[in-house]
Amino acid sequence: MKNNNLYKYILSITDNTLILGQRLGELCGHGPSLETDIACTNISLDMLGQARNYYQYAAKVKGGNTTEDDIAFLRKEHEYLNVLLVEQPNTDFGYIMARQFLFDVYHLLFLQELQKSKDQTLSAISNKAIKEVSYHYRFSSDWIKRLGDGTKESHQRTQNAVDDLWTYTDELFHQTETDKAMINDGIGVDTLKFKSEYYERANKVLEEATLEIPESRYFQKGGKQGMHTEHLGHLLSDLQYMQRAYPNMKW
Amino acid sequence: MSELKNISSLDSLPLGEMSDRTEWVIDKNLIPILNQVLDPEIPVLTILDMGVVRSAIIKDDEVIVKITPTYSGCPAMDVIGEDIIIAFKNEGYNAKVELVLSPAWTTDWITEKGRRSLEGYGIAPPLDAIADKEVLLGGKKLVKCTNCGSTNTKLVSQFGSTACKALFKCSDCQEPFDYFKCL
Repeated sequence: MKNNNLYKYILSITDNTLILGQRLGELCGHGPSLETDIACTNISLDMLGQARNYYQYAAKVKGGNTTEDDIAFLRKEHEYLNVLLVEQPNTDFGYIMARQFLFDVYHLLFLQELQKSKDQTLSAISNKAIKEVSYHYRFSSDWIKRLGDGTKESHQRTQNAVDDLWTYTDELFHQTETDKAMINDGIGVDTLKFKSEYYERANKVLEEATLEIPESRYFQKGGKQGMHTEHLGHLLSDLQYMQRAYPNMKW
Repeated sequence: MSELKNISSLDSLPLGEMSDRTEWVIDKNLIPILNQVLDPEIPVLTILDMGVVRSAIIKDDEVIVKITPTYSGCPAMDVIGEDIIIAFKNEGYNAKVELVLSPAWTTDWITEKGRRSLEGYGIAPPLDAIADKEVLLGGKKLVKCTNCGSTNTKLVSQFGSTACKALFKCSDCQEPFDYFKCL
């Protein structure tokens, strides 16, 4: 494929929004309260909408008869290029909000830069998405503060979640060969430019939430190369069920 | 149904040229037909009131309508595209609908008539961006209850029944209502 790097780059962006959108969608009817349930599924809808825009573009770049659905539903686990953070399972609400918050801080900074991309389509999609993501960030950062500075129980659970998920934050800034090629072409975002800002912003909210900033120097990565945690396969078996059970079925 | 594919089709995505405002032309003769198409989720609002129609022109016997989504995941867009094609078909036109993303839709594009329709329907129209932030983050009482008109209202949830709305409650008449968020 002529534009293999661009194709892979688009997937590495949009697989994040698809997988996290799917995780949040799992909460439909299972949120801790009606309002949070609706909020999480609203955020999920935004992310899936963004994912569609990117996948449509990826299908166009790939050419042939490829459709957005083929890309979203018919790849194998190791062909998904999302970061490990977004595939982590829903446990308690503190964990769900910590995962969301650690991604939202990144997502906002990332989209800010993607708007400047030389690629007009990516710039247009990010221009639209950033408005939605600023609402997501408000929601998750508010909840981190409420839970962290809440009861003893909510504080402890949120602290455990942040400690666990911190391991996956460094991967957000890991640059693959594809990333480097795209940065060189003025299409991709140089994430290292805002790495320190990411941690500053995250730390500020955690401090306000009376949470400890994890000191761990151990980080996990691999998702961007298709090496995932055991959780992604289970998520995909749910996500892809219809197309696997009834190939080519149309909604 | 093949025409419908255009709504989410790839040819339609994006669209640097749309940042040029001269592209936003709506042919006057087409306005009465476009006015027949309503937002499926807020059926008092026409798509023109909503500001989602970016251009509508006749080219080689075909009507080309460009629409822009309110939110990326707005499920109403497919239905709106379908409704536009049907409305034009009923008037003897062959219409093609294209989706454009840039420039991104903003609540500022909702017309004055649209804002009044929203309020009449029980959805408080969006405030300006600064007031919106004060309401959603600072707990300020600026949103007017659509039932009794009091501004003694409070935010229940930043996310409401659809992506574009937040949930509010009036502390005077106790009525819950939606607020259209600034975007």
